[in-house]
Amino acid sequence: MEKFEVIIVGGGLSGLSAAWTLAKSGVEVVLLERGDYPGAKNVTGGRLYTRPILEYFPGLLEKAPLERPIVREGATLMAGERHITFHYGDLEYSRDPRPSFSILRSRFDRWFAEEAENAGAMILPKTRVDDVIREGGRIAGVVAGGDPLHADVVVACDGVLSLLSEKAGLRGPGGSRDHAVGIKEVISLPPEKIEDRFNLEKGAGAAHLFVGEATRGKFGGGFLYTNRESLSLGVVVGIRDLVEKEPALAAPDFLDDFKKRPEIAPLVRDGETVEYSAHVIPEGGHGGIGPLCGDGILVAGDAAGFALNLGLTVRGMEYAMASGVFAAKTILDARAAGNYSRERLSRYETLLKGSFVLQDFESFREAPRILENPRFFRHYPEWLGAMFHDLYDVPAGPKKRLFPTLRKHLSFPELLALLGDLKKARKL
Amino acid sequence: MSQDGTLKAKLGLDVFKPAREPHILIRPGMERDPRLKKAVLACPAGLYSEDGNGAVTLSIDGCLECGTCRIACGTEVLDWNYPEGGTGVQFRFG
Ligand SMILES: Cc1cc2nc3c(=O)[nH]c(=O)nc-3n(C[C@H](O)[C@H](O)[C@H](O)COP(=O)(O)OP(=O)(O)OC[C@H]3O[C@@H](n4cnc5c(N)ncnc54)[C@H](O)[C@@H]3O)c2cc1C
Repeated sequence: MEKFEVIIVGGGLSGLSAAWTLAKSGVEVVLLERGDYPGAKNVTGGRLYTRPILEYFPGLLEKAPLERPIVREGATLMAGERHITFHYGDLEYSRDPRPSFSILRSRFDRWFAEEAENAGAMILPKTRVDDVIREGGRIAGVVAGGDPLHADVVVACDGVLSLLSEKAGLRGPGGSRDHAVGIKEVISLPPEKIEDRFNLEKGAGAAHLFVGEATRGKFGGGFLYTNRESLSLGVVVGIRDLVEKEPALAAPDFLDDFKKRPEIAPLVRDGETVEYSAHVIPEGGHGGIGPLCGDGILVAGDAAGFALNLGLTVRGMEYAMASGVFAAKTILDARAAGNYSRERLSRYETLLKGSFVLQDFESFREAPRILENPRFFRHYPEWLGAMFHDLYDVPAGPKKRLFPTLRKHLSFPELLALLGDLKKARKL
Repeated sequence: MSQDGTLKAKLGLDVFKPAREPHILIRPGMERDPRLKKAVLACPAGLYSEDGNGAVTLSIDGCLECGTCRIACGTEVLDWNYPEGGTGVQFRFG
């Protein structure tokens, strides 16, 4: 009978972080990954904020294959006929330690897996886990390729759908309200062109988010990140809105239409699409967090629902990495005590609560309900766009005075509704 | 759907390794279930289509394994799994 101390299912950021941490501490750990290599199945938008996680990976991220440090933020309110864009630049973004980087997961995860292997973890790619082994009510291992593999403890790091948590009876299938789909193209472009088009110093990067027409008024947004030699361009659309709300547009068309928008087309001109991908994203926030452990099992990363959308920032990767580390620390404690019961493993939750992970989810508990507001995705871009239109407009004949023009747009009912939305947003 | 040519070309850029059997199946008798129709719009690879009789069919080649159909339609209409290890899409950028 094959028996290991720890089995990790899934070689994404959470699984690799757990494997790396455990291997460094001399624990016998096996990671099973269904892809040809870790990263082969993984999609992200592309921005990793490193500050929250630096302390957990001493000496590691400095060597990582990161794409470009992000030195400028962009945000666009996209209306049908017009758009309003703002840029935010910060010299601090160019000083070490840089706060965030664009990344491509197939490269990053593959490199991370090598690091975990060098630390002593055993990584088995091309291996799909099909079930858990139960012994007397506890999870005692997994079944992969028909073979039972036993372990003291199993860590489910199998991503947003987490079929493993379902098999272990920890949760049921997710619903369309709590999930979005991200659809993405990687578009190859020479570095000099990227730097010229985005007004960047050599090697520096930009991040840009789009809201409104990018998703035809549905929940979600568009994103654009600069990589070393490519752009990551995509749209994220809430699955419920995608299938229930007008216009009934097929998912692939969102990205095609977005790409043709005048705000985007010149940026990707002459670029060659080299990959097309899609992936579900957890959007449930605090309410979307599932059970974190059971007897003999821990759940980390997207599998636990650790992704947080605050409109201006979209984060899942640091939570995946940190939760992987905390799962590993919990295992080290349980191992010392020789006790992998649910009760002992629930120290995982205590560690998460003491860290930025669950503290962020607690602080932004209301975020999904606030961001669900359909006015953000249609009304505000159109309304502000129309106001700026009139301010900039030079018509044939006399131009209206500015103040009455503003007053027309800032009508009483409009301001009242805005106040209502702001009141709700106070909880952010 | 509407921009089918572009979509096929895009899927043609990805690396796919063939599997022995399809990993997602429409459960028998569920072809006309309204829940299944959601996949026609929701699938980023446009793999679901509705025929003249209102039955939905799935052609698995080009599946990006994103999970959207499982979330949109549910497991009562779809028998959903990932493809076996070492098969299916293999992203080079991700
Ligand atoms: C389009 C898009 C844009 C995003 N943008 C950002 C962003 O800019 N910043 C950010 O921080 N986050 C972003 N996110 C979220 C972020 O990508 C995720 O939160 C993060 O990837 C989660 O990591 P994970 O390790 O938990 O899961 P994953 O990366 O999904 O890894 C799960 C792993 O488990 C493997 N697996 C699954 N089932 C099995 C099985 N049965 N057997 C064996 N292996 C299995 C998979 O192959 C995979 O390798 C984005 C997500 C998407 C889709």
